[in-house]
This record gives sequence, structure tokens and C-alpha cells, in this order.
Amino acid sequence: MEQVVDILSWLLLLAGSFLGISGAIGLFRFPDFYSRVHAASVTDTLCALLIISGLVLQAGFTLITVKLIIVLLFLWYTSPVASHALVKAAHYHGLKPLLSDSNEDEVKEEEVSSKS
Amino acid sequence: MLGLTAMTIIRLRSLFAVVMLFSIYSLLTASLFMVLDAVDVAFTEAAVGAGISTMLMLGTLMITGYREKRPAHSPILPLIVVVLTGAVLVWGTLDMPHFGSPDQPVHQHVAPRYIDDSPKEVGIPNMVTSVLASYRGYDTMGETIVVFAALIGVLSLIGIKKYTNKEPGRTEKPPESILQVAAKLLIPFILLFALYVQFHGDFGPGGGFQAGVIFAAGIILYALTFSLKDAMHLAPPKVVKVIAAFGVLLYGGTGIVSMLKGGTFLNYSVLAHDPIHGQHYGILLVELGVGLTVASVMMLIFYAFVSRGEAD
Amino acid sequence: MMFAVTAVAIMVIMALALIRAFMGPSVYDRILAVNMFGTKTVLFIAVLGFFAGRPDFLDIAMVYALINFIGVIAVLKFVERIAEEESADVDGKEN
Repeated sequence: MEQVVDILSWLLLLAGSFLGISGAIGLFRFPDFYSRVHAASVTDTLCALLIISGLVLQAGFTLITVKLIIVLLFLWYTSPVASHALVKAAHYHGLKPLLSDSNEDEVKEEEVSSKS
Repeated sequence: MLGLTAMTIIRLRSLFAVVMLFSIYSLLTASLFMVLDAVDVAFTEAAVGAGISTMLMLGTLMITGYREKRPAHSPILPLIVVVLTGAVLVWGTLDMPHFGSPDQPVHQHVAPRYIDDSPKEVGIPNMVTSVLASYRGYDTMGETIVVFAALIGVLSLIGIKKYTNKEPGRTEKPPESILQVAAKLLIPFILLFALYVQFHGDFGPGGGFQAGVIFAAGIILYALTFSLKDAMHLAPPKVVKVIAAFGVLLYGGTGIVSMLKGGTFLNYSVLAHDPIHGQHYGILLVELGVGLTVASVMMLIFYAFVSRGEAD
Repeated sequence: MMFAVTAVAIMVIMALALIRAFMGPSVYDRILAVNMFGTKTVLFIAVLGFFAGRPDFLDIAMVYALINFIGVIAVLKFVERIAEEESADVDGKEN
């Protein structure tokens, strides 16, 4: 039983680390700000979930688990809001997304704003 | 990483980026403290270094402007002085005992006494708190008064501008409902967490300084997402000023009461029949005083900076 | 062992985010990197607490999660303010 839990938390922690690193690489490889936000924020959420649930499996049913879950909730709550505010501020103050076809600024921009 | 961050801070001219890198710097420092197992210090560094000082620096930037001026004189002479001083300091550390070795002077002298006697004399699990608030009560009181003095300095130099109506020409900001709702939901938890840190300081990492800073951060978040006016409505500067003074008074008053009950200044053992209970009460009161003072001082300094920045 | 591996992985992420914060062509890139750095510090401390066998470090992780959010919001607000002032300097009617 302990073996199973250990292997599970190995898997979770490794998956979380992998996601995190891929997000960090995305922070470099992606060409403009908005896609970088995408890379960072999306991986952030799942990475936090995976790593913390890996830790929860190790902690068992204790106060530590409760605290871990609180940390996770805080992260889940604050990180998307921060990303949202960031993108909104950038968009509002005229940081243009990098577009393949610069003639169609208006259309693409609307797409971006509806997505963000 | 620390060195690299410091170098970049020096090289950058945009003071904004510098402020942000400062926050990274203190996060790094705090991680370092964590690795060295100094939990309370890491806690303080996280709350004060990364949180409040970033905001206060930003507030300063709003008043002063955000481009660094080119230095007028050549940096060679100061560089030489700094390198020399650093070399002397490093040379001085060579004489010190090896890091972590058990025969350091610190470990010969007071540390064993604290470690051996603290559970008996003070009786709280977190030794750092007992050293901070009981054995070194004078030092902590001095720190609290320094914080208070800083507040007096800021208020007498800048002062909090009365909030006047905005001039009509100001551009309307876009609505930020998501941010506001999120902040509204989050703030109660922040304040609750601050109280937890305040009163849990006896058992785990935490205490008055950290709790005060977190509490102030909650109010500052409110001021940021809504407006300064709302925050001032919530926590009016007049009341907060009184609370700041009251915190110092509480600290000093605890000392005076212990004198009146026949002990020395800030000797809490006489506060109750049982010395250990007396220590508990004393530490609780003192930490409360520290927390009140720190929280209200941070809020007031923030008010002062931001109201000044908005008035221009 | 597994905590060590995870901690090292998170440190790599932190280093990468740090470099992005140094390079960051725009202010927003830097804020993004700082935000990422902060969340990863939270995870790092949680993992480190387990690694060192002292899970009471988690209180600190919580403080970081909160402080990081407030810090990012604060920086954003001031950036907005200054961007507004600049655009007001350039021409009065641009919003």
C-alpha cells in the first residue's frame, strides 16, 4: 500500500515538475507577451495542483494536508486573477499582440480581448 | 542567483524593473533563510521584504519619478572603497569559526542558556518568540519605537493629504470587476490569516511584526483594487494613528505594570501567580502591541505616500 | 529523494523565470516573470518543508501566496498610473 502511494506521488511530482519546466521554456520560446502569459499561467495552475497533491499523498490525513489545500486554493484563486489583470492592463495600454497579418489588427484584437 | 539579481538591479535604469527585481531578491533571500532553517526570519523577510517594502518603494516612485538619473561623478573611487571594505570583511570572517561548528562563541555563551531554560522559564514552544519578546524585550521595544518614530517622521515630512474631489478632466478607468470581486473575497482571509499569525506566534513561526505587515497588506490590497478613498473610509487615518500610539503604549505599559507588581521592567513573570503564566500573558500583550503598531504604521505610511502621489 | 528532484526542478523553473525577468522587453513581461517566480517559490517552500522534514514551513508558503498576489496587483496599478500619465503627456485625449 505504501509502495503504491509512493509511486503515485512520484508520478504526480514528476508530472508537475515537467509541466512547470515546459511552462518556463514557453516563457522563452514564445514570441510575444500574450502567448507567454498563456504558457506561464496555464501550466502554473496544473503544476501547482500536481505538486501539491503529490505532497498531500505523502502527508496523509493531517493538519498539513489542510494547509496544503489552503495553499492550493490561494494559488488557484490568485494566479488566474493576477494573469487576467496583467493581460488586461497590457491590452488596455496598447501593447499589441504579435500577429501574422498586421492588416487585420482590428479583428484579431477582438479575438484576443474576448479570449482574455 | 542573488549576486546576479543584484548586478541587474544596479545595471537597470528603469526604477520599476528595479523594484520588481528587489521583490525577487527578497524572495530569494527568504528561500535562503528557509534552507538555513531560520523560519521566523524567512517569514519576516517574505512579509516585509517582498510585500510591504515593494509597495512603499512603488509609492515613493510615484512621488519622485521613475527614471534614474545618470550619476554625475565617476564611479571609480567608490568602487575601490567598496572593494577594499569587502575584502577587509572577508578577511575578518577568516578568523571566525567554521560555519555551523559547535564551538562558535554564540553557541558557548547565551544560546545554550536560551535553549535549556526557555521551556522551563517561558514555557512556549517557539523559542524564537520567547527570545524576541521575553529575554530580549528591550530590543524589541526599541524596534517598535523605531517603527513608530519612522511614522512620525513620514507624517511630519509629507503628511496625509485630505482627499479632494478628483478634477473632472481625469480619464475614466475601465471597470475592473473581476479584480474587485476577487479582492473582496480574498481580503477577509488575509485578515484572518494575519490574526492567526499573530496569536500562533507562540507555537510556530510568526508574531507581531509579521502579523502586522500581513494585516496592513490586506488593507492595502483594498486600497489598490478599489480606491484610496474607500480604504480611508474603512480605516480612517485618525483612528489608525491612535492605534499606532496605543500599540507602543501597550508594550511600554506591560513593562510598567510588571514594575508595579514588583518585578523589573518587562519582567513578565510577576504578571500572574504562576511565572510561566505571567510570561504567557506578557508575551501575548507585547506581541499584540507590536502587531498593532506595525500594522497601523505601514497603513499610514502607505496612505501618506499614495495620497501625496495622487495629489500631484 | 523525490522531494529533492522536485525541488531541483522548481529551482530550474525559478532560474528560467528570473532570466526572463532580467531580459523582459516590456514591463509586463517582467511582471509576468515575477508572478511566476512567486508562485514557484510557494511550491518550492512547500516541497522544501517536506524535504527538511518540517512541514510547518507551510505557513510561510501561505504568506508568499498572498503577498505575491498583492505585490503583483500593486505593481500593475502603478504601471497603469504611469502609463496614463505618459499618454496624458503625449496628447491629452488619448485614453
